[in-house]
Amino acid sequence: MSVYDQIAEAKAASVGEIEKTGDLESLKAIEPMLFGKKSTLGGLKRLMGEVDAQERADVGQALNEAQLFVREAHEAAKKKFELSDRRAQLETERLDLTESLHVANRGHLHLVTQTMERLEDVFVGMGFTVSEGPQAETDWYNFEALNLPAAHPARSMFDTLYLDLGDRTEIGDGEGGEATNILLRTHTSPVQVRVMESTAPPIYTVCPGRVFRRDTADASHMPVFHQIEGLVVDRGISLADLAGTLNEFTAAYFGGAISSRLRPSYFPFTEPSAEFDITCVICEGDGCQTCQRTGWIELGGCGMVHPNVLANCGVDSEEWTGFAFGFGIDRLALMRYGIKDLRDMYTNDVRFLEQF
Amino acid sequence: MKVLLSWLREFAPIEGDPYELADHMSDLGMAVEETRILNPLEGVVVARVADLRPHPKADRIQLVDVEIENGDPMQVCCGAFNMSVGDLIPFATIGTVMPDGMEISQREMRGEMSNGMCCSAAELGLGSDHDGIMILPEHLETGAPLMQELGLVGDILWDLEINPNRPDAMSVAGVARDLAARLDVPFEIPEWTVPSSGAAEDLASIQIDDGVLCPRFTGRVLRGVTVGKSPLWMQMRLTLLGMRPINSVVDVSNYVMLELGTPNHTYDLSLLPNGHIGVRRASDGESITTLDDQERMLQPNDGLIVNEADEPIGIAGVMGGASTEISDTTDSVLVELACWEPRSIARTSQRLGLRSEASARFERGTDWQINVTAVQRFCHLLNEVTPGGIEIVGEVLDVAGTTPDSISVPVRTSRISMLLGRDFSSEEIRNLLTPIGFDVENTDSQDVQLVTIPSFRPDTETETDIAEEVARHYGYGKLGATVPRSPDAGHLSPQQKLRRVIRQVMTGAGLIEAMPNPFLAPDDITKAALIVEEPVRLLNPLAVEESVLRPSLLPGLLTAVAYNYSHRNMGAKLFETGPVFEASEDSSGLPLETEHLAALISNADAFAATSLLKDLASTLKLEFQLTNVDGLAGLHPTRGAKINIGDTEVGSLGEVDPAVLRSYEIEDRCAWLNLRLDLVIEAAISVEGVSYQPVSTFPSSDVDLAFAVGEQVQASEIEMTLRKAAGEELQSLHLFDVFRSGQLDEGVRSLAFSMRLQAKDKTLTDEEVGVVRQRCIEAVESAHPASLRA
Repeated sequence: MSVYDQIAEAKAASVGEIEKTGDLESLKAIEPMLFGKKSTLGGLKRLMGEVDAQERADVGQALNEAQLFVREAHEAAKKKFELSDRRAQLETERLDLTESLHVANRGHLHLVTQTMERLEDVFVGMGFTVSEGPQAETDWYNFEALNLPAAHPARSMFDTLYLDLGDRTEIGDGEGGEATNILLRTHTSPVQVRVMESTAPPIYTVCPGRVFRRDTADASHMPVFHQIEGLVVDRGISLADLAGTLNEFTAAYFGGAISSRLRPSYFPFTEPSAEFDITCVICEGDGCQTCQRTGWIELGGCGMVHPNVLANCGVDSEEWTGFAFGFGIDRLALMRYGIKDLRDMYTNDVRFLEQF
Repeated sequence: MKVLLSWLREFAPIEGDPYELADHMSDLGMAVEETRILNPLEGVVVARVADLRPHPKADRIQLVDVEIENGDPMQVCCGAFNMSVGDLIPFATIGTVMPDGMEISQREMRGEMSNGMCCSAAELGLGSDHDGIMILPEHLETGAPLMQELGLVGDILWDLEINPNRPDAMSVAGVARDLAARLDVPFEIPEWTVPSSGAAEDLASIQIDDGVLCPRFTGRVLRGVTVGKSPLWMQMRLTLLGMRPINSVVDVSNYVMLELGTPNHTYDLSLLPNGHIGVRRASDGESITTLDDQERMLQPNDGLIVNEADEPIGIAGVMGGASTEISDTTDSVLVELACWEPRSIARTSQRLGLRSEASARFERGTDWQINVTAVQRFCHLLNEVTPGGIEIVGEVLDVAGTTPDSISVPVRTSRISMLLGRDFSSEEIRNLLTPIGFDVENTDSQDVQLVTIPSFRPDTETETDIAEEVARHYGYGKLGATVPRSPDAGHLSPQQKLRRVIRQVMTGAGLIEAMPNPFLAPDDITKAALIVEEPVRLLNPLAVEESVLRPSLLPGLLTAVAYNYSHRNMGAKLFETGPVFEASEDSSGLPLETEHLAALISNADAFAATSLLKDLASTLKLEFQLTNVDGLAGLHPTRGAKINIGDTEVGSLGEVDPAVLRSYEIEDRCAWLNLRLDLVIEAAISVEGVSYQPVSTFPSSDVDLAFAVGEQVQASEIEMTLRKAAGEELQSLHLFDVFRSGQLDEGVRSLAFSMRLQAKDKTLTDEEVGVVRQRCIEAVESAHPASLRA
């Protein structure tokens, strides 16, 4: 048998062994027979010494080719076994992913908080800061500084809850002994006063927060509710600036289909004063029951900060002018979701709260 | 304020589409709440009652024969019994569609035919009177269409919302003035003249003792006054504007008030000794019986009308007295047209609960310069509506108190332009102001005009007020819209950002934000087992159940959880952030108001609260120290701890006292966490941006140690000792197992801690780890009644 025949025979024997294996383990077991000095082909290396010098190169090449062939056959078998092992493994791991036992457990922010944060975010985007202040306020900050001296007829616009603080109940600037000094703020305007007192203009800020009125709760009134007010004080601020700012806010918050308009109105703390309406968000201006077929809904009040208010806060009204606006947050939340009764927002029923 | 187009047109030739006119009025600040084109009521005619007879089978309806034109009378069944044979009534013929949409058809009612309907004012939309069939005046033509006969065809009724600064718009004439200016049509208040005879001075006299209270008192003496019915056109106008017709004298009085904005009053002159009337303020202890026969106690600031004997005969601007009331026997009348100090009227009417159409106008300030015109209008109308006329005696009696000075304001065109954001010319300003009664004069300066404010606009005093008038009549919507920009970037404060983060931690842990009522009942505090020396009370609460401002978030959250339990929402996990109140004052004299965060987790033990606190600590990078404390207010007496950050106490946690839960009918345990949100946020701000520790590249070693520890020692104390003893190689430390068992000594439990050690600069050898381990064991055993468990 020629040297080449011996090599071919050994190669065939090795491949035959590989073909006899059925899994990775048996393949592993025959590896010593396939590779290394003691393997069938490895043993033929000795033939190199037995052939002529000029033939040695050809024999060497034949041996290498045979070894390479065996190696590839082994590799292919190994891959095949690995693949089938993986398939078998995966099959045992099969899951029905709809068998999850987890009950969703994320909490929820109150609808009012969500609405308030959305509003704050819009105003922050427009260059405003957010200001806060106490809920229990003095008569000065809630009324007098805002051009609403005691016995001003417009005070009847605000049904006020006063605090009983014993000796300190009346610190005295009330008229006829009727006015008390400390009350629950009826709007967030006292925050505006505090900001103007403590900050030099320019001022661009919004004041969101809880406010109180002596109102019996019904579908559209609560004694405790939430407002956001805005204040801008800068050089040359005009009524047109107010209109533009409210337009920009309206488009940013409600979307481009909704616009705003101003109508003359009266507030003691602004002059000129206005109501601001927005396109009805239900019918987008076509007229529906919500907007009483006018296409508009009243959102809030606004105006140019009254010179007396600026003066009360130590701001020179010749140098600086400003505008302010305000509206209810609760009503906005109701409108967005079509909630019929304001009281539903305050029962704290989790079946209500979880929906937002 | 309601206005009727036909009435407005008596002052200005106003024309146009009803809805466009409504838009104009809204744009002028008189928001139109309703535009009503009066129903033409086709098919409703004037009919004469020809016969009345009982229905044979029904007591509550009668049979009426009505006659239209000269035809045969038609039979109708009618439920009203107020008409008599010969009366004229509105009759809806078959086929008529009523304002409420009902179509009139021929019907049989208990065997009798009904061929139409006799109508009440309310059924026709002409008023609120449901009580009976509307009886029409004699002079109407039988068979004629009703609305045409009433002169109301095509008339338009607007309901306006008038702002408190617009007393002028509380009158038909005032609305007409504003609208006429917008439409650029002429406006005029007629000068009504009435013939008079004799001298009034002998019959009546007026004396004002307090000129501030009463800037002007105008009166007139009338004779031959008979109290009868006012004409239908007047009744209709009053009804449509929301006032109930009473009798000719009252109706004329109300008509003048609605028309010119001037409330007025009539006295039976024979009941005034010597016809004398005085005006002064009340003194303490005085009282008066008013027209409604109520005795009213007066206070020193109330305005009073008194007789010659200085006895009160009326509360100025609020309500007349019973003693001088007009009656059927009245012949001579003194009509009063006075102006009053708005504040005084506001206070008095509010205190006495006597708010009326009149007080609403006086509160806002009436026009003192229209007094004589209004008195003349009164006489003119009463003369017209009284059969045979009345006798008007002598001249107008007119006494001045302290009349307001006429105000002239320098108005800068440049300032108006700046405030409104549009460049106005001086001429434009003049042209906008003049038609609404402002007098505008040039001055030496080109920029400045002198604007004189009319007496019917007491609200207008300054250049800024004038700017509003210019804007109003120019049109707010036409001013343009510009957006000013803050020189600084908008942002939330660090506190506000952290508050949001904290709320996110709460919702991330599965809690739902609640907003309980911040007002409590006084016994809610004891019900929640809180100890509050002096809670902040409301002076004028709506109800005693809402009379205390919360000193803690606990009662509100308990109420919320209890509500959920009663609605089968067991296991509610709620949180809230918000202020709580203490009576002790802060530096500005306000009650102390601190922002808290509280969580109430039902169907969970105290560890639900500690877990929540750990989540917060991890997010805020804060270390909270807990100290078990028995008997914290409101908490389970042996499951409570106070929470510190360093030396500062920032809150408490644990479980709610089972007795408290019982009183709220909550059947499960409830975990409770309460934190001073302000302090936590400040602490979190102080650790923000603290430099980081580079991650060590060397391998770490884990050491687990279990100790048998006496129950009197808090686990956190052992942890603290370990932390100190482990030194700087300690990377993390946590309690991973607790158990109690009979195999352990009495009063002892096992606490197992897991520590990970790691050096920054080398791999720790087994020997080095052993040294730290030994140090930790010795530290714990020497500092506490504790021993390592094998």
